[in-house]
Amino acid sequence: MSGELFWILISAMVVNNFTLFYFLGLCPFMGVSARVETAIRMGAANIFVLTITSICAWFLNTYILPYAPYLRLISFIVVIASLVQIVEMTIKKISPKLFRQLGIYLPLITTNCAILGFAIFATNKGYGFLQGLSYAVGAGLGLTLALVLMASIRESAELSDVADVAKGTALVFIIAGCLSLAFMGFAGLLSTT
Amino acid sequence: MRATTPRQDFVRGIWQENPVLVHMLGLCPALAVTNTVANSLAMGLATFFVLTGSSLLVSTFKRFIPHEVRISTYILIIATFVTIADMSLEAIVPDVHKALGAFIALIVVNCMILGRQEAFSSKRPVLRSLLDAFGTGIGFIIAMLMMGTVREVLGNGSFLGWSLFGPNYEPWVIFVLPPGGFFTIGFILLGLNWVERRKKQKPMVREWPEGVASEKAA
Repeated sequence: MSGELFWILISAMVVNNFTLFYFLGLCPFMGVSARVETAIRMGAANIFVLTITSICAWFLNTYILPYAPYLRLISFIVVIASLVQIVEMTIKKISPKLFRQLGIYLPLITTNCAILGFAIFATNKGYGFLQGLSYAVGAGLGLTLALVLMASIRESAELSDVADVAKGTALVFIIAGCLSLAFMGFAGLLSTT
Repeated sequence: MRATTPRQDFVRGIWQENPVLVHMLGLCPALAVTNTVANSLAMGLATFFVLTGSSLLVSTFKRFIPHEVRISTYILIIATFVTIADMSLEAIVPDVHKALGAFIALIVVNCMILGRQEAFSSKRPVLRSLLDAFGTGIGFIIAMLMMGTVREVLGNGSFLGWSLFGPNYEPWVIFVLPPGGFFTIGFILLGLNWVERRKKQKPMVREWPEGVASEKAA
């Protein structure tokens, strides 16, 4: 059992990395990957929201959606967005310091495609509660990894002599392509299990 | 908001303010499902349908939507149309629905659609909003087809499933895999940047920045 959970985590983290393999969560990937520090915070906020999402998705899938499958999309969005909002207010009240570090990113990522995509993927795979949690943590760590790698590369790219035409988004996409190419190497990990 | 003519509303989104290539909105589907032309077209059409439907509904009911909850209302309207699109595709073309998978559902979080509602349909008359949605939707389809064509031709040697180069062509497989998506959009943006700069720079003589010039002189 724990072995299975571990492989779900690893597979979501590197082999089927959300950003580099499924192209989910590209907006923050492009937007906040300019500096390593912000990238780490964004990643932490992502792990947090994904964990909440996995609990929500499991609850909805088990207790509500069997009776009304056509409501899946709408209920995912509404429940996830409102729960994150509530948690955000709670954090603001309890720990203003943590809120300052994570808070500004929370509303940004609630309706991010990575979050909804995660809920849908986890549903399609038929994951249970624990499997869903480990999938969430793996996906979150994977997003963080991609963000931090991207931010470190961009920090060095800033200092190097890049042709003027390529500056900006074009360069970021080509770097992302190389990263994605590198992550394809991890695909071999899973066939051995 | 500056005044625009109906023609501008329509034409603007197609190329000049193309949602994908200029505004960088809706990137997830533009990269994820463009590995064949057929998938790109299906995704483009589904997004077009959702965008038009939600623009129509939002601009019709804009007087009744309270300002404080407008974003949630837009998302609910969009999610309704996406559910319709999802179920219709599943019933009419099950193969395409299977190939696109979860990305149909993810049209909900396509920032392009929400962006058009917030920026345009919530303030403008119904017909103008429809024109704007048509323009933006066509712009999105064009961008999807550009990506899809490049990736299918290079990565599979075919267009819409027809083989182009005969059996001896060795496909450049990387272009139908995820990294190819990043490379394709990267190089398309590179090309567009280059064309843009050529247009702008023609009359100007390129000058050395200060410091470099004096170094050269020395």
